[in-house]
Amino acid sequence: MQHLIVNGIRVDDTFAEAFGMRATALTITADSAGWARQAAVTMTGFATSVIGCGCEASIDRELPANETPDGRPGVHVLLFAVSTSELQKQLQNRVGQCVLTSPGSACYAGLDGEEKLKLGNALRFFGDGWQVSKRYGDKRYWRVPVMDGEFVCEATTGLTKKAVGGGNIIIMGVSRQNTLAAAEAAVAGIQAVPDAIMPFPGGIARSGSKVGSKYKGASASTNDPYCPTLKGAVNSALGPDIASVLEIVIDGLTPEAVAAAMRAGMGAVLALGPQRGALRIGAGNYGGKLGPHHFHLKDLLP
Amino acid sequence: MTPLVLSLRATPAQRLDLSPLVPNRLAGMKEGDIAAIELQTTRERVCVGDVFRLQMGDPAQIQFESGSERFDRIGCGMSSGEIRVEGDVGIQAGRLMTGGRLEIAGNAGPWAASGMKDGSIVIAGAAGDRLGGPLSGEMAGMRGGVVVVRGDAGTRAGDRLRRGTIIVEGKAGAHAGSRMIAGTLIVRGRAGPLPGYLMARGTLVLAGGCEALSPTFTECGVHEFVANALMAAFVKPHSPDLAALLRRPWRRLLGDMAVIGKGEILCPPA
Repeated sequence: MQHLIVNGIRVDDTFAEAFGMRATALTITADSAGWARQAAVTMTGFATSVIGCGCEASIDRELPANETPDGRPGVHVLLFAVSTSELQKQLQNRVGQCVLTSPGSACYAGLDGEEKLKLGNALRFFGDGWQVSKRYGDKRYWRVPVMDGEFVCEATTGLTKKAVGGGNIIIMGVSRQNTLAAAEAAVAGIQAVPDAIMPFPGGIARSGSKVGSKYKGASASTNDPYCPTLKGAVNSALGPDIASVLEIVIDGLTPEAVAAAMRAGMGAVLALGPQRGALRIGAGNYGGKLGPHHFHLKDLLP
Repeated sequence: MTPLVLSLRATPAQRLDLSPLVPNRLAGMKEGDIAAIELQTTRERVCVGDVFRLQMGDPAQIQFESGSERFDRIGCGMSSGEIRVEGDVGIQAGRLMTGGRLEIAGNAGPWAASGMKDGSIVIAGAAGDRLGGPLSGEMAGMRGGVVVVRGDAGTRAGDRLRRGTIIVEGKAGAHAGSRMIAGTLIVRGRAGPLPGYLMARGTLVLAGGCEALSPTFTECGVHEFVANALMAAFVKPHSPDLAALLRRPWRRLLGDMAVIGKGEILCPPA
């Protein structure tokens, strides 16, 4: 594969192939930043991939008290799914089981949009008739009595159909330690980019997948060309110097957010250099025939 | 933008219905057409030109250079623009408003904001009885928007309030929030006896307490409400000092149990 060399690191002349998704966002607040984070972490657990989790979700960023509707510390959370109905189902179940239950929490719309998803409008029935609706200006909230006071939840949140899922960079290094260090640097860089998330554990996926499997019923299976322990046995994409590969998958509310996140991630890996980090950066695609969004690495170099 | 200015020639000899003088009805009209609009409430014909000297400007902004307690139904049915009155007004100011802003530098008579659906009204003086309330035979009073009264309000402020927010920075008369259906009524000063009389739902904040509570309200303790931060954020542009008060803990009473009892009165802890 043709490549560029930047700061001693090979950057493949390839692209990440990404897909259109439905997305929504929430602002979760609590009495402390820790409890707001706890509610968000619980809600976005088991949300790494739409393949098996129904949605992809993670914390976008933490919000200081002066940026939240109720003046308490909060976090901004993004959720992505392949259909509006699935997104509504995941939103309702996750907020109902993980945010409503978390001490002192409140939940607000994190995205404006002409189309709406039910938030408090779906959860208010937990109040068993004691829920109270309040409308201030053009916003409507539900106050649901719970054992530590009230769960305050905005009636609806916005939906976007212009979201993008599946942006990615593949980080390849001489050892697990070096590759992980580079991936961690990329995650730190991407975390500063608004409106984009990395849904896998700590933002990093070690089990990149290819479409299909030799086994019936499995829609995806291990990405063997990128498995370093199979180098001699398969049509490997890896050279002899690569012993470990990690992938960062990025979902964004817009194509621009995904591009900005990929640029930030690549910038961090390149800044770390090959001695302490990666030897090569690539990206995953399906030949460009499946996803409408193509993010070429050479266009995103910092 | 130069406003359309109406200067009173003399104290009107009869009560006037000023409801035709709203921006949405005057848009595109010439001076002669405006001067010919009839305002009488008796059989004696009175036109705008008989009562006011007109200084033409953009009718999206209407300014009455003085007021009178005979100025009835001012801003009634207004859907956009701005009306400012440099004095008192009579009954039903801003009734059935659906948008825009009405500013009254003096006092307003009874039924101000009656049936209002949206927009904002600011009354610098006092408001008469049944602020936001329905007229006889109507099922609901105010249904949206914001009303701010810098002075006191009369009896039954917020009667049958359905939606929207009423802020009274002064005192309120007896039966504030009577028969409330929903919405929010905030009284900074002391309220008269029996606030929330027969209220079904809604929030009645009595920052200065009240003269006598109905026994049909039940004690629910003192709490810090997260929702009050939302209320405070909404109130802040209209009444900053009051907004600061809202963030403190409040004693909550639920009622009126004489009806469905889903309303709440928030008052200072004892």
